Amino acid sequence: YSFVLFCLCSVPLCLRPMQVFTKTKSEIYLFFNLVCDPADVISTVEFNQTGEFLATGDKGGRVVIFQREPQGEYNVYSTFQSHEPEFDYLKSLEIEEKINKIRWLPPHNPAHFLLSTNDKTVKLWKVSEKDKRAEGYNLRDEEGRLKDLSTITTLQVPVLRPMDLLVEASPRRVFANAHAYHINSISVNSDCETYLSADDLRINLWHLNITDRSFNIVDLKPENMEDLSEVITVAEFHPHHCHLLAFSSSTGTTRLCDMRARALCDQHAKLFEEAVDPSRRSFFSEIVSSVSDVKFSHSGRYLLTRDYLTVKVWDLNMENKPVETYQVHDYLQTKLCSLYESDCIFDKFECTWNGTDSVIMTGAYNNYFRMFDRASLRDVTLEASREVCKRRAVLQPRRVCVGKKRKETDVSVDSLDFRKKILHTAWHPKENIIAIAASNNLYIFQDRLTPNGHHNMPEIQSAPPK
Amino acid sequence: MAGAEGDDSLYPIAVLIDELRNEDVQLRLNSIKKLSTIALALGVERTRTELLPFLTDTIYDEDEVLLALAEQLGSFTVLVGGPEFVHCLLPPLESLATVEETVVRDKAVESLRKISQEHSPVDLEVHFVPLVKRLASGDWFTSRTSACGLFGVCYPRVSSTVKAEIRQHFRTLCSDDTPMVRRAASSKLGEFAKVLELDYVKSDIIPLFTALASDEQDSVRLLAVEAGVSIAALLPQEDLEDLVMPTLRQAAEDKSWRVRYMVADKFSELQKAVGPEITKNDLVPAFQNLLKDCEAEVRTAAANKVKVFCESLPEDSRETIIMTHILPCVKELVSDTNQHVKSALASVIMGLSTILGKDNTVEHLLPLFLVQLKDEYPEVRLNIISNLDCVNEVIGIRQLSQSLLPAIVELAEDAKWRVRLAIIEYMPLLAGQLGVEFFDEKLNSLCMAWLIDHVYAIREAATCNLMKLVEKFGAEWAQNTIVPKVLGMANDSNYLHRMTTLFCINALSEVCGQEITTKHMLPVVLKMSTDQVANVRFNVARCLQKIGPVLDSSALQAEVKPVLEKLATDQDMDVKYFALEAISVLALA
Repeated sequence: YSFVLFCLCSVPLCLRPMQVFTKTKSEIYLFFNLVCDPADVISTVEFNQTGEFLATGDKGGRVVIFQREPQGEYNVYSTFQSHEPEFDYLKSLEIEEKINKIRWLPPHNPAHFLLSTNDKTVKLWKVSEKDKRAEGYNLRDEEGRLKDLSTITTLQVPVLRPMDLLVEASPRRVFANAHAYHINSISVNSDCETYLSADDLRINLWHLNITDRSFNIVDLKPENMEDLSEVITVAEFHPHHCHLLAFSSSTGTTRLCDMRARALCDQHAKLFEEAVDPSRRSFFSEIVSSVSDVKFSHSGRYLLTRDYLTVKVWDLNMENKPVETYQVHDYLQTKLCSLYESDCIFDKFECTWNGTDSVIMTGAYNNYFRMFDRASLRDVTLEASREVCKRRAVLQPRRVCVGKKRKETDVSVDSLDFRKKILHTAWHPKENIIAIAASNNLYIFQDRLTPNGHHNMPEIQSAPPK
Repeated sequence: MAGAEGDDSLYPIAVLIDELRNEDVQLRLNSIKKLSTIALALGVERTRTELLPFLTDTIYDEDEVLLALAEQLGSFTVLVGGPEFVHCLLPPLESLATVEETVVRDKAVESLRKISQEHSPVDLEVHFVPLVKRLASGDWFTSRTSACGLFGVCYPRVSSTVKAEIRQHFRTLCSDDTPMVRRAASSKLGEFAKVLELDYVKSDIIPLFTALASDEQDSVRLLAVEAGVSIAALLPQEDLEDLVMPTLRQAAEDKSWRVRYMVADKFSELQKAVGPEITKNDLVPAFQNLLKDCEAEVRTAAANKVKVFCESLPEDSRETIIMTHILPCVKELVSDTNQHVKSALASVIMGLSTILGKDNTVEHLLPLFLVQLKDEYPEVRLNIISNLDCVNEVIGIRQLSQSLLPAIVELAEDAKWRVRLAIIEYMPLLAGQLGVEFFDEKLNSLCMAWLIDHVYAIREAATCNLMKLVEKFGAEWAQNTIVPKVLGMANDSNYLHRMTTLFCINALSEVCGQEITTKHMLPVVLKMSTDQVANVRFNVARCLQKIGPVLDSSALQAEVKPVLEKLATDQDMDVKYFALEAISVLALA
């Protein structure tokens, strides 16, 4: 069975000792795999509103921005150090430089703006192009040597001359000192003047132009920390309604808050929660039900949530159960004990919609990622690894089997590599282009072009239903 | 112009021009701030043909540099050759009006508005209006938001065809795709309405206002409230009911608390704009609802307006409206669950007494004051105490004194030093209103206790307070009541308290006058010059310097001089320093 996605490019983001951007030599991939620096591990991936740009953040605090070339491939556009490691002297805590989230702002002017955050501080970056340079000094020549004063008889006004394109990233705002716990999400409001930042217990609302104050809108911190029963895992604004925000918690619930009702959103407007079958309750029930990602659909009608074993689609109008539930890796049900021991059970997988909300994508182990077509209910497992992602090669579906292998290409559950996991994925807002972060590698896949140059509609082909 | 004058005069200007592109932001900023000097040296011709084109493209700079540039260009007309050439300033300001930084854009718009007045009517249509149109139809929201602020200034001075175009552009921006532009349009709607002919206000502005006030984004709706107030002020009374009130009523009951908050915040302006009849019929019930709103922020904003609203009610029915409609809501707010609501109310509630007169105050308001004086939050109590003067005029403060005293004592001993500090600052006011007897009996001991507070800021405020009390009650009172106590502290075992004596003397010597200072204070100060703590000794020197001018010259020569001379040989460096300083300031050398 062939799959419509093929590899557009895969970029090992090893930026030290030098920036390497190679697309063809598989030996080089192997080389970098061996020397993978933990700082190079990608921690977030995000397309901008048009899909022309793709930003990644890594554990080393760097942001790399890719721009789509007219031919369709993504090339590095700008790289900058967004966050540096810091030390909180009051609490005697190290603050990692790891970029937890990146969010693009809607376009303002020819420059591009994005928010990046580590555990404590959100920064607003401007990425702009410069193609002119001022020339002509009065007191010095162009090499910087001082001129003989007696030769200066007239004043010279500098003139601007064209120069090679220079892309600059400059920090515009630093939103600091508002979070006592680790920031897990940032989300820009559709009013384009505010954004939220959420940590384990609180959600703060900021104005993009004001850095010295923010408003606390949700506070789950109990009087006594021993009464703590849940933490906030993700928070996101509604794509169109500036007053709606959703946040999910470690207990498997997702709450929708209406900011119109009150200044403090401690009381939710809706609570999305599925009753757990008491007969299936176990020690792990609560851990695996913790929501690791929440995404509003582009239409604003649905919520997509990811927990450890499933992705669920909720209709905003129905709180008591999801309208769709997809098993991501059901075969892990029996492995929860060892996954708990290795801490893998706490991995936070993200999930994403395609541009038309018809397909859902999320990551899994063994460098596999899963796609679910909501209309046909077909699903597919694909692998993002150097061995299979040859340039222009079409990806082959993978199958994980619990018992005996039925086919040569099947992979047994026991041979899955749980160190290789795909946590961060992103889908181009308009086209069928996806970006997959696997450790220090970024894979960009594109839908196969039809002969007349048009893209296929997303169509998932997999084993026909039995 | 320049050039012929030789190198010496060119050099400083050449440095300024070169520093326009220095790597150091501060130097660039300095250079931009002296842009008029550069332009003057270049002359009007070169300013227009060389300097301005360069500046037009310099929009990559730091915000503070761009901000300074935008401001400079607003007063550049003379430097480009006067009103005839003022349009040369438009290109650089146009590019500044599109940058992403709001403060820079706002400043560029401000400068554009300023220079629009210097355009002749012809230039306005040939140069300025096309710029406004370009901005209004720009690709980026930044340029469209800037355009919103420019319609108002050119509209009154252009032909009727251009006026129609301008109205059309404004209409388009009011229904822009991005909320940023709709917000900008919404916030400029009132201003634009002011320059429009009344017919167009009714035919154009009202539909735009109605649309913006029901925008899907509450951030747009809340800005429409302010526009509504301006529009209401423009319309004749008979049109208000049909054209504006339905929308404003809807805003007062908006689903979003932020919109209701805005209505509450603008309530007195609104009241003024709609006049007495609508106030009676519409605004009174609306205000009642805002005072009972479910969101504390809204109640706080409304509570802040209670006094102003009541004051501006039509006189004939004022008292009835307050007693039957407003007061019941106010009574509920006194026991609100939110401290900010109560504190906002406490800051204005006393003002109602002048409106309601003596009998109503005693019967209805006094119980509320007393409840608030016992509130659990110090800010509420402080706000009541700080406004006592209003009640004093109406019923006299004695009515309150029974409850006032425990409230003051409790605040005076509050665990938070900022609360203690706040009550100290009201002491002189209270003393004036309560009278000297009451003060001596009840409050004097508090004032003295603050002198030995363990927070320096409190001790400092307490000394200052003593000075103000003496100003109020006179030197004789000081000599009998506070001076002995202050001087007594000079023998305290804690050196901080001994220093407080000196600080008090610093503050009191002038108001107490020469006699008390020489006879009572000076001996104590001089005695303290042998204190074993160096800090006390150098404060003795500083104190002597301070009280020196109050003393007569014989006391200075005979008593102060020897002591200072001795301190000047002290082994401690600081003591020596301050003693020498005092000797030189008092001219005793």
